[in-house]
Amino acid sequence: MITEAGMALDQELMRRMHLTMVKIRRFEARAVELFMAQELPGFLHSYLGEEAVAAGACAALRDDDYITSTHRGHGHVIAKGLQLDRMMAELYAKTTGYCKGKGGSMHIADFSHGILGANGIVAGGIPIAAGAALSAKMRCTSQVVVSFFGDGASNQGVFHEAANLAAIWDLPLIFLCENNFYAVSTSQRRHQKIGDISIRAAAYGFPGVTVDGNHPLLVYQAVKQAVDRARQGLGPTLVECRTYKWMGHYVGDPGAYRPKEEVEAWRGKDPLPRYERYLVENGVSTPEEIAAVHQQVAAEIEAAVAFARESPAPLPMDALADL
Amino acid sequence: MPQILYKEAVRDALREEMIRDDRVFLIGLDIGRFGGTYKATAGLWEEFGDERVRDAPLSEAAIAGAAVGAAMTGLRPVAEIMYIDFMTIAMDQIVNQAAKLRYMSGGQAEVPVVFRTQEGGGRASAAQHAQSLEAWFAHIPGLKVVLPATPFDVKGLLKTAVRDDRPVVFIEHKLLYNTAGEVPAEEYLIPFGQAKIHRRGSDLTIVALSRMVLKALEAAEQLAGEGIEAEVIDPRTVVPLDLETILTSVEKTGRLIITHEAYSRCGVGAEIAARVMEEGLYYLERPIKRVCALDVPVPFAPVMEDYVIPNVARLVEAARSLCA
Repeated sequence: MITEAGMALDQELMRRMHLTMVKIRRFEARAVELFMAQELPGFLHSYLGEEAVAAGACAALRDDDYITSTHRGHGHVIAKGLQLDRMMAELYAKTTGYCKGKGGSMHIADFSHGILGANGIVAGGIPIAAGAALSAKMRCTSQVVVSFFGDGASNQGVFHEAANLAAIWDLPLIFLCENNFYAVSTSQRRHQKIGDISIRAAAYGFPGVTVDGNHPLLVYQAVKQAVDRARQGLGPTLVECRTYKWMGHYVGDPGAYRPKEEVEAWRGKDPLPRYERYLVENGVSTPEEIAAVHQQVAAEIEAAVAFARESPAPLPMDALADL
Repeated sequence: MPQILYKEAVRDALREEMIRDDRVFLIGLDIGRFGGTYKATAGLWEEFGDERVRDAPLSEAAIAGAAVGAAMTGLRPVAEIMYIDFMTIAMDQIVNQAAKLRYMSGGQAEVPVVFRTQEGGGRASAAQHAQSLEAWFAHIPGLKVVLPATPFDVKGLLKTAVRDDRPVVFIEHKLLYNTAGEVPAEEYLIPFGQAKIHRRGSDLTIVALSRMVLKALEAAEQLAGEGIEAEVIDPRTVVPLDLETILTSVEKTGRLIITHEAYSRCGVGAEIAARVMEEGLYYLERPIKRVCALDVPVPFAPVMEDYVIPNVARLVEAARSLCA
């Protein structure tokens, strides 16, 4: 475990991470409401509870660095810089969405911000991330890649294949495992023998570290170290962030497979108020500034919802385009 | 015109494209120092080095996935999967990722990747090394599927594949690598969606894929001796398919045999037959015949393998019964 992050961090960066977490929290909460009100087709896999991971990790990246994301990817893409209105429009399956309504929640992408797509196949993005890292290395751009995936994905064959490939070719790739202790309904205790997933990196010959994923600065610190390593040509790192999702696997899943006490214990360690207390205690933000952020984001989200609702739906034969 | 081998035509196509465009690189098992399991990439590592001819660890899924990721971020990879039977290991990256990323992203992603592989039997390589699986890939929207039968075709089509901005599954044949043919020294490309008429005839149309083109031509020679003139057509690309050339021929001959090494059941022949039925039913004077592998795994013993994989004798027999 890495110890508490120092005060050397730039305060503006710390406040930006807070803004990101608030955006993710409020966007996801609103999306859940809209989904339950049956305004959004398909499925939603909520990121509520895991905001610190995306916020901390993406704060360590340049705009032109790449990420690959997962079915639970709203947090990642918001943290990487996507606009809430075009995201909401994609959830509403409108033509103004990032993917023109072609992809939906699980496939949001924006190449202008290095987002190579959320992926509906568990671990499907990991070898793609390796390819992007290979490409960055071959093109000598100093770009790095963060591949987000969960504890479940760490058992998938391609994770291991990509880890081995990244190791042998020293690819500028950060394997970011969000361990929320469940793969759908199967607890980590029942799906793998190991406790810390980060030890798997040693099997492939590169460093792995486990951090408290509910503290954005600890996540930031670990990812920043990994990013610096990668940019120096020293190869991959596995950063495991321990966190917890509030809702079940998908919105609508009551998650009866998780003990009530466990859920409540993690809800009690809500990363957002915890970080807000930290910011106030360390003189980075005042309570009024924090409240203002919440207000600003809430307004932005309502505007995003209005934008999405008013945007045009695709025509049926739009299905034939973009093949 | 110079005669070169099919495998040399593959190598020359790759070499020319790698010289032309710095972004083109190769990734696969044993393609570098070893020159490829069928020597199709011999000499390329010596010329281009480790950076652009990458011997990968034994991970078809990682090879395919890395090729997808590299293609999405500005490079033009040609990923070799040693045997089409091993494409099974890479299926998610080919079918769920490469084929669909452009569409799902609303046109944002370009995935200019070529998956090069080889298929076919006739070498006692047994069930897991002798399949012909083009039908699986032809079934997936978002993939182009190419099966070249001659050195001339493989060179022109491979160059087109490398320059295509969409994913291409490029299927060579293990027993074609050492066949010779005329290949011009000057540069040329063959567009997709253009069938080749190898032989003209007015009694019977034979549509053949990959190595069956050669067997169809042999059969046609034999049939000519019996007064049956067969027209032999190679679609060359299954997706996109040049149906028009096939229909024009069937309109003339009224009789159609479709032949491929893939298993009969749900093979590409079934698709072509359905399309001809839909758009050219009234041209047909007889039912369409498919001459394909029997629906069993390809057996090891040569005598059994010859029984299972379609041969010249079966083609001749099918032709005779259609023209009786």
